Amino acid sequence: MSATPSPPKKLRVATTSLAGCFGCHMSFLDIDERLLKLLDLIEFDRSPLTDIKHCGPCDLGFIEGGLCNAENVHVLREFRAHCKILVAVGACAINGGLPAQRNHLDLRDVLEEVYQTEAGLSHGGIPSDPELPLPLNKVHPIHEVVKIDYFLPGCPPSADAIWKFLTDLLAGRTPTLGHGLLHYD
Amino acid sequence: MSENNVFLLDGEEIPFTPGQTVIEAATAAGKYIPHLCWHPEFKPYGSCKLCTVKLIGPHGGRLGSSCTLAAQPGMEIENRTPEIDDKRRTLLQMLFAEGNHFCPSCEKSGNCLLQATAYELEMLSPHFDMFYPDRPVDASHPDVLLDFNRCIMCALCETASREVDKKNVFAMGGRGILGRRIHINSESGRLADTDFALTDRAASICPVGVILPKRKGFAVPIGARKYDQAPVSAQVPGDAK
Repeated sequence: MSATPSPPKKLRVATTSLAGCFGCHMSFLDIDERLLKLLDLIEFDRSPLTDIKHCGPCDLGFIEGGLCNAENVHVLREFRAHCKILVAVGACAINGGLPAQRNHLDLRDVLEEVYQTEAGLSHGGIPSDPELPLPLNKVHPIHEVVKIDYFLPGCPPSADAIWKFLTDLLAGRTPTLGHGLLHYD
Repeated sequence: MSENNVFLLDGEEIPFTPGQTVIEAATAAGKYIPHLCWHPEFKPYGSCKLCTVKLIGPHGGRLGSSCTLAAQPGMEIENRTPEIDDKRRTLLQMLFAEGNHFCPSCEKSGNCLLQATAYELEMLSPHFDMFYPDRPVDASHPDVLLDFNRCIMCALCETASREVDKKNVFAMGGRGILGRRIHINSESGRLADTDFALTDRAASICPVGVILPKRKGFAVPIGARKYDQAPVSAQVPGDAK
């Protein structure tokens, strides 16, 4: 009785957006019909594209966005605890990105400006419900909090760069990005 | 030129005329040695250290800046080796971590020598904790904007303003990471209070996004910018600049 060979085990992949704009996820979806090919090789764990609430044991974690509040830090640590390989995707995860331009401003001034003093507001005050995560004083890249295994730069990385990175990784190669795929903007 | 005036760069013979530095001779021969503060129009400044090469012979493994190293017959030099490029990548990471190099919103993106050099050396992240400096932008001049948070202190603006424009608008000053930066030579410290003009050599020499003409940003389509077309190493000697 010959058993049919079981299909190769799929890699489990989790993704999340911290202080991101979801642009890196959109650029990931820009691989278009290659996504169908990819789904033969991977299955998704926690991701904005699935309904899974917490990250389980995964082979690969994709993080877009930097760290701007306490919840971002909790999510990042959950990913680090469960993902064998953690990838910082996009400028924000790598160096804080454009959100880190708030780092030269005082956080209280920023919150007062947008919730209290700006003309046209009803002066309701800065939201203080404990349900809301407190913002960090500064925006940080994710490598300042957990160890990151790979960096995939770009704002966002192009679909071709993401595809090259994934196919390199799935084939067991160290991912490399040549001219045209490696960019920071 | 005597035929003895030749040195070896990564195993290739590079001819030189006596008095030339290693980077001058290499550039003339179309060979790329990474650099940021070196500019063929001016004397070497020596701050960026990107042009560091390894002297295999005759001095046995010593590292030196090729912008100040005089070419000599029989030199054997390593340039684009994994070892040296690795050190260069670390220098680039230090520059990126030290400033606010948010390329996605920088008008110089695609035309920036720092960025192009980081692409060339496959820098994927700044690696170090970010410094996030907070140096005020000088937008006082009607035609030019200065963002000092992107300055790599190559001092090319200082040299060009002094030697070409004869205006002496810029001065490198201060000490250490918090203090050292380009200052404006006017009583107020503002660019508007100098005779700086957009037509000055110093206005166009900045290799990064510090000195920017106002109302000219984002004019070149993505794909047509200088380093979109070819990596910096393929633009030598044109990009020795």
